[in-house]
Amino acid sequence: MLLVVLSPLLLAALAFALPSRRARPLLLLAGAIGHAAGVAWLWAEPGQGIEGWLSLDAPGKVVLATVSALFLASAAYAQRYLRLREDRENRIFVGGLLVLLSALSVVALAQHLGILWVAIEVTTLTTAPLIYFDRDARSLEAAWKYLLVCSLGVALALLGTFFLALSSAGPGGPHSLSVRELVAAGPALSRPWVRAAFVFLLVGYGTKMGLAPLHSWKPDAYGEAPGLLGAILSGGVTSAAFLALARVLQVCGAAGEGEFARQALLAMGLLSMALAGVFIVGQRDYKRMLAYSSVEHMGILAVGLGVGGAAGAGAFFHALNNGLVKGVLFLAAGSIHRSYGTKQVDEVRGALRRLPLSGPLFLAGFFAVTGAPPFGPFFSELTILQGAFATGHALTGCLFLAFTAVIFVGMGAIVLGVVQGDPAGCPERPGQEDGWGNAAPTLALLVASLALGLYLPPSLRDLFAAASATVGGRP
Amino acid sequence: MTAFAQTVFILVVMIDFFVLASSRLKAAIGAVAAQGALLALLPILLAPQELHVAHVLALSLGALLVKGIGIPYLLRWAMREASVSREVEPVVGYVPSLVLGGLGVMLAFAFSATLPLPTPEKHPYLVATSLSTVWTGLLLVVSRQKAVSQVLGFLVLENGVFVFGLLLSDFMPWMVEAGVLLDLFAAVFVMGIVIFHIHRTFSSLDTGKLSALRD
Repeated sequence: MLLVVLSPLLLAALAFALPSRRARPLLLLAGAIGHAAGVAWLWAEPGQGIEGWLSLDAPGKVVLATVSALFLASAAYAQRYLRLREDRENRIFVGGLLVLLSALSVVALAQHLGILWVAIEVTTLTTAPLIYFDRDARSLEAAWKYLLVCSLGVALALLGTFFLALSSAGPGGPHSLSVRELVAAGPALSRPWVRAAFVFLLVGYGTKMGLAPLHSWKPDAYGEAPGLLGAILSGGVTSAAFLALARVLQVCGAAGEGEFARQALLAMGLLSMALAGVFIVGQRDYKRMLAYSSVEHMGILAVGLGVGGAAGAGAFFHALNNGLVKGVLFLAAGSIHRSYGTKQVDEVRGALRRLPLSGPLFLAGFFAVTGAPPFGPFFSELTILQGAFATGHALTGCLFLAFTAVIFVGMGAIVLGVVQGDPAGCPERPGQEDGWGNAAPTLALLVASLALGLYLPPSLRDLFAAASATVGGRP
Repeated sequence: MTAFAQTVFILVVMIDFFVLASSRLKAAIGAVAAQGALLALLPILLAPQELHVAHVLALSLGALLVKGIGIPYLLRWAMREASVSREVEPVVGYVPSLVLGGLGVMLAFAFSATLPLPTPEKHPYLVATSLSTVWTGLLLVVSRQKAVSQVLGFLVLENGVFVFGLLLSDFMPWMVEAGVLLDLFAAVFVMGIVIFHIHRTFSSLDTGKLSALRD
């Protein structure tokens, strides 16, 4: 267990020490492969962990696997990317990504809300300099906004964590922030403080997750960050924040404040989907469009968690799908961005012809992310919808359908404009041809998402159900 | 002791108002430094009878060094380095922000009165002071344009979180110290300000000029 946490840290230290710019990306790959192997081993043999602090349960398994798969593909993609960008110093980029991987693993494993908060804080600190990879005014602006908004979120989340700690300090309380002890103490927690804690934690971790109206950093950060960082942010970091909220919900449910918490999640989820729809329609920048799509999918996750039960299982399935598909989209969009040198939809046409590998992948990723069958997201969204209708959330279900339809149309207009047509006359940067080096990892993620859609093994289905049961919600 | 603690709490809230109304950056930085130094007194004043002397002293000294001296010094250095102008240039005027601040303090006192404290031996003003300070910090970050003022707002917010953490110091001491990680953010912010300057991307530290990215 410590392997998945410590080995990336060790490699990060090595990356900071290593003088060779050319050899450093290999450390990234080594870290990703080692992490994936460690995760596979943990899945087979979860072991004891560190009692009360770190151990692997069902929700953690889902998020850890998502992070690991996405990171592996991104690390493979980074090999060619960083070779093409050898003009840039990559010491901080490689080292920072490895620290991020370690911190995300801690979030997935954490069974203690204090550790969870520290790990989330570390993910925020390490990603900010990565967004500034391009060293220009726009990326500096994006990094500043990201840091300012997320640090406010993280500070409020700490206050919320303090509230929860205080709620456990009454007579008979566990005086602890360990999730297991808090859940066991349940009714002994001071309810007004639990409710206040949930509000602050929802705002705090919701900011990290990018739920509307706390998403303002997202389009800037995803728009300016390199494609592979966008993939890890939108698939990995947001999933980690989602897990953090799920843990908080688990405690609130045990304390008898579950109904209030779920209503709040539902409201914010639907608001996120609605706002994403508003901003996607008419968007002129295809990377910012992806950011709003991420806001939408965080909304879907919040709705799934809010409905609970079967929809909660769908939410965990969707977290995995969203991670894989966001990887496809951001990596392909990164390739398109490098070839054309612009993110403006008006100046990009004919990606299918100019980029015979990444163009089709971008198009396929669009169909996958908007929930077209037979990709995985279709089935996870369907599970959430069925769960919503089965538990009497008919209005939620109808709004969910309407928002996804609007977003499908809005994104479709943009994506089709980018991939179709004749690339002649569009800006072009030399030496940025398509290659398997950037397409193969993207394709692997797409195939994984397709496979999850075509056949979901019963063991995975049980895992998602177990994850939903762990964090609470209706049986 | 409790009377003395009460004075400290009142002073902390007064400083909140002073920072909200202050139009000069230097004065505001000084006020936030003073607030940090005042907070350093609190762990000692609120220490339980069966106190862990070493821990209380470490917390107090740490707060003084980081909040009262270290970060204000960094900020002044960044101001010199980046030759920041003195005005604060609020988006929301001084009077409205004072009114909002006063409203927040009233709400904080009302709200904290409705929440039963599971640890009744602690000072009754503690929660209210903490929430008022957090509110002031949020208000400052949102209503100010200059990067340095926003960092000051973040520091005030962080001070509020620290005050609340003192409630937990008896049974969860390391959680309070985890709050020091927040100070890392402040340090990174200062680095960001200096990077602004080094790159000379902007002629002043006006985050209002950071507006290339929008929808």
